[in-house]
Amino acid sequence: MWIESTIAMRFLREGRTQTTMILVGIAVGVSVIVFITALISGLQANIVERTLGTQAHVRIEPPDERNLVLPVPAGTTQLLLETRRAQRLRSINNWQQVQATLDALPGVAAVSPVVSGPAFAFRGNAVESVALVGIDPVRYQRIIPIGDDIVAGTLRVGAGDAVIGRLLADDLCARVGDKLRLAAGEGREALLNIAGIFELGVRELDQRYVYLDLKQTQSLLGLPGGVTVIDLTVRDIFGADAVARRIGALTGLKAESWMQSNAQLMNALTSQSLSTRMISFFVAVSVAFGIASVLSISVVQRTREIGILRAMGTRRQQMLKVFLVQGAVLGFLGSGVGALAGYGLVWVFNTFGPKLFYIPVSPVLVPAAMLIATVTGTLSAAVPARRAARLDPVVAIRHV
Amino acid sequence: MSEPREEVLRLAGLMKSYNVGLPTELEVLHGLDLTIGRHDFAALVGPSGSGKSTLLNLLGLLDSPTGGDLYLLGQPTRQLDDEARTRLRAEAIGFVFQFHHLLPAFSALENVMMPMMVAHGRPSPELVERARGLLREVELGAFEDRKPAALSGGQQQRVAIARALVTRPALLLADEPTGNLDTQTAAGVFELFRRFNREHGCAVLVVTHDPRLSASCDRTITLVDGRIVGDSRNSQPAA
Repeated sequence: MWIESTIAMRFLREGRTQTTMILVGIAVGVSVIVFITALISGLQANIVERTLGTQAHVRIEPPDERNLVLPVPAGTTQLLLETRRAQRLRSINNWQQVQATLDALPGVAAVSPVVSGPAFAFRGNAVESVALVGIDPVRYQRIIPIGDDIVAGTLRVGAGDAVIGRLLADDLCARVGDKLRLAAGEGREALLNIAGIFELGVRELDQRYVYLDLKQTQSLLGLPGGVTVIDLTVRDIFGADAVARRIGALTGLKAESWMQSNAQLMNALTSQSLSTRMISFFVAVSVAFGIASVLSISVVQRTREIGILRAMGTRRQQMLKVFLVQGAVLGFLGSGVGALAGYGLVWVFNTFGPKLFYIPVSPVLVPAAMLIATVTGTLSAAVPARRAARLDPVVAIRHV
Repeated sequence: MSEPREEVLRLAGLMKSYNVGLPTELEVLHGLDLTIGRHDFAALVGPSGSGKSTLLNLLGLLDSPTGGDLYLLGQPTRQLDDEARTRLRAEAIGFVFQFHHLLPAFSALENVMMPMMVAHGRPSPELVERARGLLREVELGAFEDRKPAALSGGQQQRVAIARALVTRPALLLADEPTGNLDTQTAAGVFELFRRFNREHGCAVLVVTHDPRLSASCDRTITLVDGRIVGDSRNSQPAA
């Protein structure tokens, strides 16, 4: 292999202009691939992180109530016109037990029981419809670190205290320490002290959520001792679907993963990944054709030298290797430079860019890109290399 | 030549046709018989179009015959595949072409070592020494690191000769080796062939147009229209 590599390197060095140009071409291609891959995966990680910052990975609710249809005697045809039942607010049966089961489930990182239901918030003459969320603050914070998003006051939801969203506070012109009256229908009312104001950055939540503790919410919603939802986080966020299915099968409850509840987002992410992959693929294909074309020209230019080498005892296999090595070397060097340039672009983006999010570069990206480029280079050299190996020495040596 | 002549190359009814099986089939060599011995120093002459280059390609195993056979060091070669022919060529034959044909990317010394490096890889110290010795013999000892482009035509041809001899071949084939050299340089190059024939004991076959050069060979083989029409020993070979 030594002589083949030596000849290959000399050929590359001798055709310096050609070599430099194709190296630049490969480098540009690889840097685009590295940059776009890093950019898109950074962007996606950021979107997922933001989405899941205000959401549980898996949400467990009681199963839907269904109409029970009386069985009819055999031989009778039954026509059934069914209006599905409206779903009233119900507690998850035996939720403490369910919670204990979930706590022990592998892959589950945190479990938080929540009582949630609709209510009106009054202050002076203003009325706003709100969503009551009764939480166990310690458990809930493991799912959504609401404590980090408090913009005024503190996260205190015990006896007579509530934490409300900033937009709701604005609408009601309420500040920390002000009173808020909540009515949940059927005469269940409570007067609460605003202990804190949060801002999650999601309009829907900042405008409607009122955090209380479990007990107050249970009595307001008329569900003593019950919880309506159990929120979960899982260790592998993209395994949430599997965990949800498993919980559904295990408990008979309705378990929905964030991927199901954000189907549109998932769809967008998938399409984005797909288009990134397509761009990378086509850039790689054009780089491969670039290498193949440069080496094809080189085979023609070096026809006579190939003839001399063959006359001096170089075997077809060796001739083949000379050109395969050139392809591999071009791929390797070009991708090395390209990966550095891609890193540079990422650094520029992180340092001088819009700073909306940070792009991390995974340590496997560069070696992977270089490996793929080297293999691609070798493969694209295959056609010219075969041509070089097949050259008839008699014809080649007379070639001018 | 009293001692029994050792055979290097023997042609037995060697034929070569082009476009075999086509209406344009053309037989260029019509059954040649020829033996070249160990110490032969022969000239192959003939008008252009007589088939000299075709014959030389066959002798050098660069091409294969369409009829008859060619025995190199007693071994029949017609049935050999490309791989085996390439190996045999590398071991037994040295080439010198009309247009010196050096590899421009390599130095003079590397060019000389190339046939050995192609066969055995990284050059051993002995090989480097042998190549240096050959370059000194062709009076280019001081130019070993020069690229071919930095050498004159005569110097390049001398490097090519050193390269042809580095494998210690049994047969040296030269195709118009002095064709594009001035008379003075041509004589020097020819003198080199002579010396190697005597000192290294390798058979030499030179294709040439130059009657003075062929006259200074021991033997003249004349090819006309694909037939050997003359094979004479020169009465008084040049000293």
